[in-house]
Formats: sequence, C-alpha cells, structure tokens
Amino acid sequence: MSLISAHGVGVKLGGHQVLSGVDFAIDSGEIVTIVGPNGSGKSTFLRVLIGAQPVTSGRIVQADGLRIGYVPQKLHIDPTLPMTVGRFLSLPRRHPAAELAQALIRAGAPHLEDRQMVDLSGGQFQRVLLARALLERPDLLILDEATQGLDQPGSAAFYRQIEEVRRELGCAVLMVSHELHVVMAASDRVICLNGHVCCQGTPEVVASAPEYRALFGTGTQGALALYRHDHNHSHDADCDHASHRHEEDA
Amino acid sequence: MMALFDDFLVRAALAGIGVALAAAPMGCFVVWRRMAYFGDATAHAAILGVALALALDIPVFGGAVAVALVMALTVSSLSGRGYSMDTLLGVLAHSALAFGLVAVSFLTDVRIDLMAYLFGDILAVSRGDLAVIWGGAVLVLALLLWRWQPLLTATLSPDLAYAGGLDPRREQLVLTLALALVVAVAIKVVGVLLIAAMLLVPAATARPFARTPERMALLAVGVAVASVLAGLWASLKFDTPTGPSIVCAAALMFLFVLLLRGIRQPA
Repeated sequence: MSLISAHGVGVKLGGHQVLSGVDFAIDSGEIVTIVGPNGSGKSTFLRVLIGAQPVTSGRIVQADGLRIGYVPQKLHIDPTLPMTVGRFLSLPRRHPAAELAQALIRAGAPHLEDRQMVDLSGGQFQRVLLARALLERPDLLILDEATQGLDQPGSAAFYRQIEEVRRELGCAVLMVSHELHVVMAASDRVICLNGHVCCQGTPEVVASAPEYRALFGTGTQGALALYRHDHNHSHDADCDHASHRHEEDA
Repeated sequence: MMALFDDFLVRAALAGIGVALAAAPMGCFVVWRRMAYFGDATAHAAILGVALALALDIPVFGGAVAVALVMALTVSSLSGRGYSMDTLLGVLAHSALAFGLVAVSFLTDVRIDLMAYLFGDILAVSRGDLAVIWGGAVLVLALLLWRWQPLLTATLSPDLAYAGGLDPRREQLVLTLALALVVAVAIKVVGVLLIAAMLLVPAATARPFARTPERMALLAVGVAVASVLAGLWASLKFDTPTGPSIVCAAALMFLFVLLLRGIRQPA
C-alpha cells in the first residue's frame, strides 16, 4: 500500500483552478520529484498532502499512522520571537538533547543548538529545517524547493545529504523543485506538474517526453547533462535560457 | 490571613499581579503574531460588553468576556480573506468603543462611573473582584500552558503545524479565547483603553534579554509585576490615577531598556 495517495484531486483558489484531476501515489522508500513551472500548483499540491490546503474535489488517502516530515520552502521567523536552534527543533514535540544533537549531525549541521535561528546562514537554516523534520522520524519526508537561496554546490551538497538520510532512515522522499539538473538524477520517479500531471516516469523518460519539452523546452536536456558533468552541450538559445534560470535560482 | 485582604492596597496589589500573570505571556503571543491591533479591538469591544451586562443585569465580567470574544472571533474569521487588516481592525476597534459609550449613555437608571471602566479602578477592587481576576488569570495561564507547544508551532508557521498533525485554526481559537479572558480580567485594573499596553509593553521590554520564547514570557511576567507594584506606589505617592500610572511604569522600564541597549551597542 502507498504511504499517501491523491485521487482526482482538484483545488480552486480565489476562483482560479490551481489543480485538477491529480492522481498521485508514493511508496515507502521512493524518491519522487515533482517539477513544474512557476504557478503550476507544486507547492499547493504539497500543502494538500500535509493537510494545510483543503481540496475542492477528489480525496487524499493516508496510510494509518503516517508520519510526515515537512521542510517548507521558506520560513520567516519574526524578529520579536527569540528562538534558539535547539528550541526550534523541539517543536511541535520535545526531544531529549542527545536526539537533537544527532538530528543536527544527520542533517549536516552539527553543534548549532545554542545559535539563534535568525543568525543562521541560508544553508544552515535549511539543514536545521531538515533536522527538525527528521526528528519526527518520518515515513515520508516532504521538501518544498528546499534548496532555494543556496548556490549550486550548496544545493548539490544538500541533495547528497537527503540521499544519505534516505539510505539511513529508509523514508520515502517527495520533493518539489525547478532545479531539474540536480534533482532528476537523484529521483526514482519524476512527475511533471502543470495544474495537472503532464507526464511521469524515470528521469530519462520524463526529460524526453514531448509534454515535458513543451513546458521546459529542450534546454533542460542541457541542464540534465550539466548534472552529469558533461559540459559539451551546444550553447543554443534554449541553453542560454536554461543557464539564465540557474543564475536566478542561485 | 483574611484580615490581610481587608486592606485595599493589598487587594489592589494582588489584583494587579493577577492581571500581570495572565497578560504578560498572552502579550508575548500578541507581539510574536503581530496582533497588537487585534488586542486593541478586543479590548475596546469590552466596554460594549460592560454596558450590555449592566443593562441586562448580568455580571460585568461575563458581559465583557462575551462581547470581547464575539469581537475577537469576528476579526479572526475576517482575517485571511483579503481585507486590509489594519484598516479593518481600526474600524472595528473604534466603532466598538463608540457603540459601547453610546450604549452606556442609555443606562439612565444605573449610575455608573464610566471612567472606572475606561481607565480602571484598581483601588476599588473587592474580594469578589479579586476572585474573578485570579480565576480568570489561572484559566488563561492553564490554557496557554496546555497548548504551549502547539501554539508556538502554529505561531512559527501554520504549515509546520499542519504537517505535525496540528490544526493552527484551533490554536488561533485558543489564543482568541485567552485574549478575551485577559481583557475581561484587566478591565477593573487598567481599564479598556490601556489593556493593550499591559499586553505589549512588558513583552517588548523583555525581548532583548530572551533567547527562548519561554524566557521571554517569564521576563515579561517579571516586568509586568514590577510595573504593577511601581505604578501602585507612584499613584499613592503622587496622587495620580493608578491604571495609567502602572502603564507609565511599564513604559519607563521599556525606555530604560532601550537606552541601556543604545549605550551598550551604539548604532
């Protein structure tokens, strides 16, 4: 049985149909990446899965006792709210100090317990968010554009950390990204979303699917190659577009 | 022991401390969640509750809680629907106050001292008032302690709360209820016009010295209790109105902290 599945899910926000007829399922131990252009409903779909966004049609089925670890896209902490990393990690449930330390090590951010959250760098902040999600002992780890604001080596390192965590804990991983070059190689399955599921399959299958190319252009082929450290792709117009996108992301 | 409560000063101090215990931690949430106007609107609505309670001959505390709660729920349900919150709250807060004042003027057969409800009348606190204030304060503290972890999580991020199996809307409701209770409890001590100050000033004063939310709440309680005692003393010494004197004491502490930090780390 799947950990969590969506059946014909539709979401209407302010009169605008954001998602329609989305079918989705993720099994234990799987790494699934959802890709899609801005405004394609990726984040909305994740919020549906964690129960933060009610659906207007369709339904969500969860395995009994499913524990979800959620790493949000960004988290603004009001400067009036004092919050050490250690205290943050103990929300919503308190954990012994040894477990906090271990989660931080596992997330690649050791010894940060006494630092204030607002003093962390972007990379440290993301790792602390990851550590907090890991403390929930998740069956399913959900990451929403978790590498936003990180540079390319930073996000590559972050994704390697995720793979390591998956190996150690055996949890399923569902992430949303537009950084296709990093994400696609790490995924068992890629789902291309644009209000509905355009296409899905292994990274290679999706990258060559016509629906996917219609959304992202053939330039993403070059981006995929970038991940494989094959810098011999031709610099056609699409590629320039793709590299421009990376600069924006970084 | 009972003779102790006969002294109006002891009763006043105890009433003030009771309010401080409830208002300071609640005020931290008001600050963290940027609900300052929300607190104001709820407090101002309470005067309407007082008027209705007197007209219907029900306890003032009950009337104030009820109307404050209705106001808070109205604002809660309107929030997140695309209204401009600061305008909406400004409209609601002052409309409620105006309607309350007009309603009080209709109460011809009851002679009430309006000033006592606007600015508080802590020196006239009776034993019965004291019981109501401490009952309300304990209830607020119990609510906050019971929901402390979920409340903090929902304050940080509603989505993190949802992912952790919590419902942030329920936590919002808990805070709304606690706020209405604090308002009703504080009317007798500082009056509806200055309740927001008892919520905000101690929390703001405590912020620079706190590294965790818990520490900020505890420090805010300390500041609030000190303000109550200092304000009470000053009002006797200089023959000034007590409620405003308490708020002045809190404001001076805030100013002192601000200057202290200015000296320690020049901008």
